[in-house]
Amino acid sequence: MNFFSEDSILETINMIKVHNLDIRTVTLALSLRDCCDTDVHCVGEKIHEKIVRYAKNLRKYSDEIESEYSIPIVNKRIAVTPISLVGESCKNPDYIYLAKILDKAADEVGVDFIGGFGALVEKGMTKGDSLLMESIPEALAQTNKICSSINLASSKAGINMDAINKMAQIIKQTADLTADGDGIGAAKLVCFCNAPGDNPFMAGAFHGYGEPECALNIGVSGPGVVRAAVDSLRKDAPLDEVANKIKQIAYKITSTGELIGHEMAQKLGIPFGIIDLSLAPTPAIGDSVAGIFRAMGLEHAGAHGTTAALAMLNDAVKKGGIMASSHVGGLSGAFIPVSEDAEMIEAARNGFLTFDKLEAMTCVCSVGLDMIAIPGTTPIDTIAGIIADEMAIGMINKKTTAVRVIPVPNKKVGENAVYGGLLGEAPIIPVNNLSSTGFVQRGGRIPAPIHSLNN
Amino acid sequence: MSKENDKIIITIIGADKVGIVAKTTAALAECQVNIEDIKQSIMQDCFVMFMLANADKSPKSFSEIKDKLTKIGEEMKLEVWVQKKAIFDKMHTI
Repeated sequence: MNFFSEDSILETINMIKVHNLDIRTVTLALSLRDCCDTDVHCVGEKIHEKIVRYAKNLRKYSDEIESEYSIPIVNKRIAVTPISLVGESCKNPDYIYLAKILDKAADEVGVDFIGGFGALVEKGMTKGDSLLMESIPEALAQTNKICSSINLASSKAGINMDAINKMAQIIKQTADLTADGDGIGAAKLVCFCNAPGDNPFMAGAFHGYGEPECALNIGVSGPGVVRAAVDSLRKDAPLDEVANKIKQIAYKITSTGELIGHEMAQKLGIPFGIIDLSLAPTPAIGDSVAGIFRAMGLEHAGAHGTTAALAMLNDAVKKGGIMASSHVGGLSGAFIPVSEDAEMIEAARNGFLTFDKLEAMTCVCSVGLDMIAIPGTTPIDTIAGIIADEMAIGMINKKTTAVRVIPVPNKKVGENAVYGGLLGEAPIIPVNNLSSTGFVQRGGRIPAPIHSLNN
Repeated sequence: MSKENDKIIITIIGADKVGIVAKTTAALAECQVNIEDIKQSIMQDCFVMFMLANADKSPKSFSEIKDKLTKIGEEMKLEVWVQKKAIFDKMHTI
C-alpha cells in the first residue's frame, strides 16, 4: 500500500514529540523453575547463566527498534519466577546471595530493573517464603536493580493477616536500611492482592504460575496524549464524548505498543506475551494522569468527582486498547503513583489529595496506593492497617490492588522525600493517628468473600 | 516484490530554504533507496515535506540511512524524522 496521510504522520510525530508518547517498558518474562538445586551456589550459577543467555540482546534490540520507529522505549526489564520458589529447593538457602546474583545478571545485560524477588503467600507461608520475606530489607539495601513483590491476598483465598503484619515490619526495616535515600528500598517493594503473573511494570513484575518458559511483555504509556485529546474537545462536551475520545486515543497508543511488542519478541526469538494497557505517568511536565482530571474539568486531583473521573478514564483506556491488541494483560488501566506524577505531587503538597482520597481512588484505578511517602514514625501496626484496607478493596472487588508506601526515616509531614528519575519525589502526607493494633494483631486470615449477593 | 517492512516515511520540518529536496533525495539515491511518493506543504510558516521511500534494494542498513538523513537535518537546521511506515499503518488503521 503506497498511500500515506500527512495528517496521520504529523499526529504521530506530535504524540511522541510534544505529548511524551513512549513505550514505558519492554519486559522479558523468564521462568527460573528449572534453576532449582539442593545447593544454593548451583542455583545461583544456573540463574545467572539463564538470564544472561535469554536477555543478552534485550537492550541492543530495544535500541534498534527505538531508532526504527523513533519512539522512546524507556525501560528494559526482566521479570522472573518468584524467587521463594526457586530458593527453597536448597538445603542451604541464602536469599541475599540469590538477590546479588540477580542484580549482577541484570547489570551485565544492561536492564533497568529485575522483578520477582518475591513470594505468593495469600493463604499461607512456606519456610522458603518466610526466609525470603525476612531477607527483603537486606536484599534491597545491598542491590540496585532488584524489585520485590509479595502477594498477600486474593479474592479466592482471602487475606493473610499474619503475612501482612510481617510485611508491615519488613517495609519499615527496608525503609530504615535505606534511610540515606529517603527509604528508597521501600519504593522497590510492593504488597499485592490478586497479583497478575504477567505484569511488565515494576515494582510488581514477576513471572507467574501458568506462564510459558519465557515471553516478551510490554507496557505502553501516554497520559500526555490522553490529556491533549481531552483538551481538544470543547469544554462543555458531555462525558460520553470524553470517554469516546479517550477510547480512540487508547486504541492508537495500544496499537503502537502491539507493533513494538511483536517486533521485539520476533527479534528475541521468543513468544509475545501481553500488552499492558496502562497510563503510567512520569514526573515530566505534561506526562501526568492528574493532568487528565484537570482537562476533564476538575480544579485539581482530589476534588470531589476525582474518583468518578478516574473510573471513567480507567474503563475507557481498557475499552479502547483491547481492540488494538491480540493479548491484553498485566495491570491495564491508569496508575496513580503520587511521587511519579508532577500534578499528583502538587495536589498532595497542597493538601488537596489526602491519604483517604487516594484510598478511595484505588477502588477504580489499575493498581493501588502507590509511591506514597508517609512519616517515618508511622507505627508498624498502622502500616499493617493500611495494607489490610487496600487488600480488602481488591479482594471484595475482584481487582488487583497494591500498596507501595514509604515510611520515610527521620522525616515528618510536610517534608519532601526525593528519589529522582522516574521515581520522582513525594511530599510526606499524614496518615490517621488512631491505633489499628488491636485489630491487626489478632492475626490469622480474613476468609475469602462470598462471590454472589453482590451488593 | 518489496516487503512492507522496508518502507520508510521521512518527515522534514523547518524553515524553507534552497536545497532541502535536492540534498535529501541525493542522499537517498546514494543509498539506493527509491522514493515512491513525495508531498510538501507550508504549515504555520513551516516547511513540511513527507516522503514515502522503499529501502528493499538498499545495501545500507536502516540506521545508516537514518544517520545520513539526520546529518543533513543537522547541517540545514531542520527536524528530520525517519521512521518505518508500519508505525503509521498500525496506529491509524483498524
